[in-house]
Amino acid sequence: MKNAGRKSGRSILVVLCAIFAATFIAGSDQPAVHVEPADNVGPRPVEEQTQKAVIRDYLQAWHSLSGALEQNRASLLDADFVGTARQKLADTIQEQTKLGIQTRYIDHAHDVKLVFYSPEGLSIQLVDTVDYDVQLLDQGKVQTTQHVRARYVAVLTPTEVQWKVRVFQAEPE
Amino acid sequence: MKSILTLSLGTLILASMPLAMAQAGDLRLPKSIEAGAAFSIQSTGSGDATLYIVGPGQVLRRSVQLGETTSFAPGDLHNAGHYLVALAGPSSTQTGAFDVTAAHQPATLSFLAKPSRLPVDLHDGISGVVYVFDAFQNLVLQPAHVSFQLSGVAGTTQTRTILTQDGVAWTKMNSASKEGIAQFVARAGDVADTRVIQQVPGDPCGLRMNARPSGQRLALETEPVRDCSGNPVPDGTIVTFTEAYSGGEATVDVPLKRGVAKTEMPAYDGATISVAAGVVMGNEIRWEKR
Repeated sequence: MKNAGRKSGRSILVVLCAIFAATFIAGSDQPAVHVEPADNVGPRPVEEQTQKAVIRDYLQAWHSLSGALEQNRASLLDADFVGTARQKLADTIQEQTKLGIQTRYIDHAHDVKLVFYSPEGLSIQLVDTVDYDVQLLDQGKVQTTQHVRARYVAVLTPTEVQWKVRVFQAEPE
Repeated sequence: MKSILTLSLGTLILASMPLAMAQAGDLRLPKSIEAGAAFSIQSTGSGDATLYIVGPGQVLRRSVQLGETTSFAPGDLHNAGHYLVALAGPSSTQTGAFDVTAAHQPATLSFLAKPSRLPVDLHDGISGVVYVFDAFQNLVLQPAHVSFQLSGVAGTTQTRTILTQDGVAWTKMNSASKEGIAQFVARAGDVADTRVIQQVPGDPCGLRMNARPSGQRLALETEPVRDCSGNPVPDGTIVTFTEAYSGGEATVDVPLKRGVAKTEMPAYDGATISVAAGVVMGNEIRWEKR
C-alpha cells in the first residue's frame, strides 16, 4: 500500500516536472523581442500591419538561418532569404559542409528598429541589437560556445506573400 | 529541445567564462578589419592547434602552430560581419571575436528610380533610392556622399547630394516642364548608375472645341490639345463629345489625330454640346438654328 502511494506520488512528481519542463520549453523557445517605435523611417510612413509583417518575417529568417547553418542545408534559407544575403549564407553552408563544421545560432533577444522605408515601398531597412549564442562543432564535437551581442542591419524586400531578407550584415556596436 | 540546448549552452558559457576571459588575452586579434584586407592572428603556447573563424557570412579553418602568427591573405575574409575566433589546442581552447567592416570605397550601387514614366511638371514625382555596396557586396555602413542628378533635353538640371545613413540614401525630384527623356544619375565615389525616366505630357489643359454647320449636321473640332505646360497631348488620347438635346443624349469618343479631335453630330435645335478628355472638361456650346 505504501509502495503504491510512493509510486503514485512519484508519478505525480514526474508529470509535474514534465509539465514544468514543457512550459519552460514552450515559454523560452521564442526569443524576447522589443520593437522600437518606427517614427522616423524616411520618405514613407510604415503602417502598423506592415511593421508587424516585416518583424515577423525577419524573426522567421533568424529561425531559418539557425536551422540552415546547424544542419548545413542551404534549402532552408529559400523561404526567408533572397539575393546577396541568401548567396552569402549558402556559401557559408557550402564551406561548413566542406570542412565538416556546423554552427548553432540561438537568438535570445532582439531589439529591433525600422530605420528606412523606401518611397515606393520596395525595400525596408531595420537595425537589430541581437543577443545570441553561437556554438561551433567540428565533426560533431563542440569546440566552443560564445555569447554574442551584435548590431545587425537587414534590408528586406517584398515578395508575393512575405518580406524576404536581401541584406543581412552585422556591424560593430 | 531548443531550450534544453540553450540551457546547456548557458551552463557551458558560465562554466567556461573565467577560463575564456583569461585565455582571450593570449589570442591577439585585430579588433576590426576591413573586408578583404590581410590580417594576422597571434597565439601563445606550443603544439598543434586548429584555428576557426566563424560567422554567418563566412567560415575559415586553419591548422596552426601555437605561438606562431597565422596570416591571412587579402580576400580571405571578405564578408562584413561579426566573427568568433576559436583556437582549439591540445589542452584548451582560446576564444575571441572581431568585426569585419565593409570597405569604405563604394564599388556598386543598387539604384532604384521610380516611376520610369510620369507626367511633366510633377513636384517630387520622381524618387531615387541608393544602397551603397563595396566590392564584396557588403553594405557600406560608413556615411558616404551620394549625388543624384536629373537632367533631360529640357529644363534645368537638378542635383542633390545626400549622406548615406546605414548604407542608404534617397531623394525626390520634380519632373521637367517639357516632355522627353531624362537621365537620372546616382553617383558615389567613382561609381555611377543611370536610370532613364520618360516624362510625358500631363492632362489636357484649357480644352476647347468649335462647332460649324455641315449640311444637316454639326462639324465639331477641338483646338490643338495641350497640357498646362504647353506640351501636345499624344495622339490616340480619347476625347469625348456629348450632345444633350430635348429627349435624348448622344456621345462620341474620338482619338486625337495630329493633336486635334474631329467628329460630326446631329444638329438639333437647342442642343448643348460639351467636350471632355478623361476627367478634364472643356467648353460647352449651345446650338440654335438661325
